[in-house]
Amino acid sequence: MFFSSDSSYAAVQDTVKHSGSGGDWILHHVMDGNYLDFPPLGKIYLPHLQLFGLDISITRHVVFLWIVAALLILTFIIVSKSYKKSLIPHGFTNLIETIVVFVRDEIVKPSIGHGYEKFLPYLLTAFFFILFSNLIGLIPWTATVTSNIAVTASLAGLTFFATQIGGIIHHGPIGYFKGLIPPGMPVALLPLIIVVEIFGLFTKPFALCIRLFANMTAGHVVILSLIGLIFIMKTYFIAPVSIGFALFIYLLELLVALIQAYIFTMLSSLFIGMAIHQDH
Amino acid sequence: MDLGFLGAGIGAGIAVIGAGLGIGKLASSALEAMGRQPEAAGPIRTAMIIAAALIEGVAFFALVVCILLAVKA
Repeated sequence: MFFSSDSSYAAVQDTVKHSGSGGDWILHHVMDGNYLDFPPLGKIYLPHLQLFGLDISITRHVVFLWIVAALLILTFIIVSKSYKKSLIPHGFTNLIETIVVFVRDEIVKPSIGHGYEKFLPYLLTAFFFILFSNLIGLIPWTATVTSNIAVTASLAGLTFFATQIGGIIHHGPIGYFKGLIPPGMPVALLPLIIVVEIFGLFTKPFALCIRLFANMTAGHVVILSLIGLIFIMKTYFIAPVSIGFALFIYLLELLVALIQAYIFTMLSSLFIGMAIHQDH
Repeated sequence: MDLGFLGAGIGAGIAVIGAGLGIGKLASSALEAMGRQPEAAGPIRTAMIIAAALIEGVAFFALVVCILLAVKA
C-alpha cells in the first residue's frame, strides 16, 4: 500500500514524479520484484541467483511461497499431533477439521463420487494452499502468491495432470480418449467433436489458471487505484470517499479469497469426476 | 495517438457491461426462486455464488487482455 514517511506534500510530489505513464506504480506493487518492500521502513533486497542461464533469483513471491508452505506444514502438523491425543478435536483442530469435512462432503464427494479418496489429498492441498495464499495477501506489506501467473499455471497444470492420469488409470489410455466422445454421435460430426474435446481438455485448466490469477490481481489493483486517487487528485477531500470505497472493496476481496479457493477446488473435482466417470 | 489505451478502456467497459448483465440476470432468477421456495434458499445461494464466480471468471479474461493492451501499448 502506498504510505509515505516524508511530509505529505513531498509524498505527493514523489508520487507525481514516479507516476510515469500514470499507472506504473500500481503494477509495481502488484507484480513480482527482487526486493521486499516495507514502505516507511525500507526495503530488503533479495539475492539474484542463476542456474545454467535460468534466472532462479529469490523474489518476493518466492519468499511468500515459502512462508505459505511453512504455515501449511505447521498447521497440519499441529492438527495431526492433536489427533494423537484425542480423536475429539478441540480449538484450532476443530476449525481445520470443519473445513476439511466441508471440502470432503460438499465439494469432493458429490463431484467425484466413487473412488474420491485417491484425489482427496491433492484437492485438500490445493484448497488450503489457495486459501492461505489469498488470505495472507490481504495483510499489509505482504504479496499475494496466487496473483503470480506462474503459480496459478502450476496449480492448473497439477489439476490437468490429476484429471488425465486419473482418467487414464481408470479407463486405460485408449478407453479414456474414446470415452471423451459422447455415445450416439453421428459419424459426420466426429472430426469436429474430436477437435472440440481435445481443445476442451486444455481450455478447462487454462480457465482455472486465468480465473484465479485475474481475481487476485484485479482486487489488489482496484484497492491501489482507489487509494491512488488521493494522490492523483492531489487533494485530501477525496480521502474519506476513497478510503470508504477501498474498505468496501477490501471486504469484498476477503469474500473473493474464500470463494476462489472454493471454486478452484470444486472445478478441479468436477473435472476429475468427469474424467473418471465418463458416462455423459 | 495511443489507440492501445483507448482500446483497453473500451474493452474493459464492454466486458463489465457483459458481466453486470449476466450476474444481474442470475441474481434475479436466484432471488425469484428463493422467494418461491424459501426452504431451498441454501442450495440456491450456493449455486448462485458458484455461477457468479464463473461468469466473473469470463469477464476477467477480457480484463486481462485489456491490461496487457494498456501495459504493452
